[in-house]
Amino acid sequence: MLIFHLGPLATSLFSLLAILALVLSFVMLGSHWLKNHVYAFAAESWVIAAISASIGYYGHYPELYIIAALSALFRGSLLPYLVLRLVKRLHINREFTPLLKPSSSMLLGAALVIFSYEVARQLGVSLHLTDNIAVLALTCMFSLKLIGFLMMILRSEAISHILGLLVIENGIFLGSQIIVPGMPALLELVIIFDLVTIVMAFGMLVRFLQSHAGTTSSRGLQKLVG
Amino acid sequence: MVDFNALIAALWIVPSLAIIAMLAIRRPSWGEFLNLASALVVFGLTLTILVAAPNNAVVSADQYILITPLGAWVLFCVGVVYLLASIYAIGYMRLLPEERPRLHKFYALQAGFALTMLIAPLMNNPGIFWIAIDFTTIVSAFLVGFEREAECIEAAWKYLIVVSAGLALALLGIILFYWGGTFTLGPTYALTWENLRLTAPKVPEALLFFSFLLTLVGFGTKVGLAPMHTWLPDAHSEGPAPASAMLSGALLNIALLGIYRFLSIVDAGGYSLMSHTALLVLGVISLAVAGLFIVRQDGAKRMLAYSSLEHMGVLAMGFGFGGPIAFAGAMYHMINHSLTKSLMFFGAGNMMRAYESKSMSQMRRILRYYPFSGGVWLLGAVAITGAPPFGLFLSEITILRGGILSANPWAVWVMAVLLILIFTAFLNHFRRMIWGPEPEPGKEPTLKLSLWNILPMLLAFVPILVLGLWWPNGLWTFFQHAFAVAP
Repeated sequence: MLIFHLGPLATSLFSLLAILALVLSFVMLGSHWLKNHVYAFAAESWVIAAISASIGYYGHYPELYIIAALSALFRGSLLPYLVLRLVKRLHINREFTPLLKPSSSMLLGAALVIFSYEVARQLGVSLHLTDNIAVLALTCMFSLKLIGFLMMILRSEAISHILGLLVIENGIFLGSQIIVPGMPALLELVIIFDLVTIVMAFGMLVRFLQSHAGTTSSRGLQKLVG
Repeated sequence: MVDFNALIAALWIVPSLAIIAMLAIRRPSWGEFLNLASALVVFGLTLTILVAAPNNAVVSADQYILITPLGAWVLFCVGVVYLLASIYAIGYMRLLPEERPRLHKFYALQAGFALTMLIAPLMNNPGIFWIAIDFTTIVSAFLVGFEREAECIEAAWKYLIVVSAGLALALLGIILFYWGGTFTLGPTYALTWENLRLTAPKVPEALLFFSFLLTLVGFGTKVGLAPMHTWLPDAHSEGPAPASAMLSGALLNIALLGIYRFLSIVDAGGYSLMSHTALLVLGVISLAVAGLFIVRQDGAKRMLAYSSLEHMGVLAMGFGFGGPIAFAGAMYHMINHSLTKSLMFFGAGNMMRAYESKSMSQMRRILRYYPFSGGVWLLGAVAITGAPPFGLFLSEITILRGGILSANPWAVWVMAVLLILIFTAFLNHFRRMIWGPEPEPGKEPTLKLSLWNILPMLLAFVPILVLGLWWPNGLWTFFQHAFAVAP
């Protein structure tokens, strides 16, 4: 398996890229401007595409180059474009009603990363994989997941929710590239297209929300309770 | 030997052709006709697949398609509910004249929703299964938001966000399952249910259980198990009634099939007690939440949505107890629930249109104004609470019986108490609707229900009565068989 025989250079490259993706998610946590979120997400997607490509190179999985290219194209360019267009159409530039200040949400994010590391370490111990890149990959995967959820919880704008979901998906992609690079490429391709479909569905619904419900903030969606 | 590939191809092509035709012709009457025709054909095909159902799991089409007895059963439930909902949709949508210009879109969405549900149970690759489930969410979210009122859009939005976030967890679980397999089968192997079961014994307990919990929470969100159920009452109550019936009667079963398949992987790994208990606990919480919310509910369809939550809890407990008896009970429960819940949603849709309100406090003296359809609705309510002589009584009692023999007999008592609570609360609402105050002057219902509105209720009612009085021996054998082979 790839994770067992990686050279030191490859290991440090993957670690660097994985941590870079994690740091970019903190950029999203630390800002309330929706445009910054989208740019950070796009950058994160490009980083993940770079991870795919370098794993394809070091692990000799040629199909990963295609995944990398598609990932950069769809996640790194098309999705951010679609979300930015949505931001412009809705005339919402920033998150107006965050529950916490950026500093507090970043602190919470840091706590989540520590928690993820603990879970990943425990899994690593049970698999006899301590000190392996897999632990780092799992940590990033779980952290991005939890940070994505945190973004969805703390923010109420519909677009922030979409972005939170995209961060979660990015985390899964990042982790799966490192721990299961041999996973059938077909599946990853379909998931990329699935993501595009779901973002378009979200886009349509957000526009309906604005025109029919008069709000795009989840705090305005209070009609259905109990 | 039946050619399953041809049957399945037909199963997918017929609704697809119907959708294309509906969108091309753009006429409401053609939409009604094409959707009904497609539903009839689909029902026939699912029945054929069920009857010819393999004694063992059949894998075809280059490992992508899997037909198992349980899968064929879930597919049959989809066929039944799709047919009933298509008949009812004709009657119901004719009561909404303002939607008439967009009616072809509604029928296309309904057929599309059915199509996605006909794909998912047949997927041999858990990843593709996940994608199929994701597509059911996207299509049905537009069905929920079809009426374009603020509430509908809000419900559709919550549905899409909550379920997508939940399903993302399930995807992580699937990847971790795959990772567990790479330790024995090498870095690249075909992702199939069978391979995951084969490799499970070699996967460390922590990883296996962790992956299972992720898929349980993920697909549990889609099933609507509490505490991930928050989208369910909104989505089920705001969509048009035929769509609600399909969401509740067909879709939830499919997600549960996924959970059961992942459960079988953990079972194959030899760590069944913890995972079964986890499923049971979610089932118990669902029953408790459903019970408490039914007591103080006022929206007719919201109450039915919480009742779906209750029945998914019962099903989760049936599968969670494990063992042949509880399993047979759960399978029987699936079809009984699909039929009864469809009937209930149709009845609720009729009354909502008649009294022009979603609220049960406005639906007054239903038996005086609608002696026949109101009466069938009342009988359906008795059935849905699990009272004899209807099918759900038999299946619930079988699940309880199986539970006593299981490793978690405590849950049987909790389940019994909560079922009694729900029975009382549910019928109390019906008591108010039948013997409560008179309608305010000028608010008496005047709507005439057509045969299209009542026929599907009867079509659902007759089998639940028959299945309650007589559990066919062939079905029992089939369930035992389904339990013995891989799901």
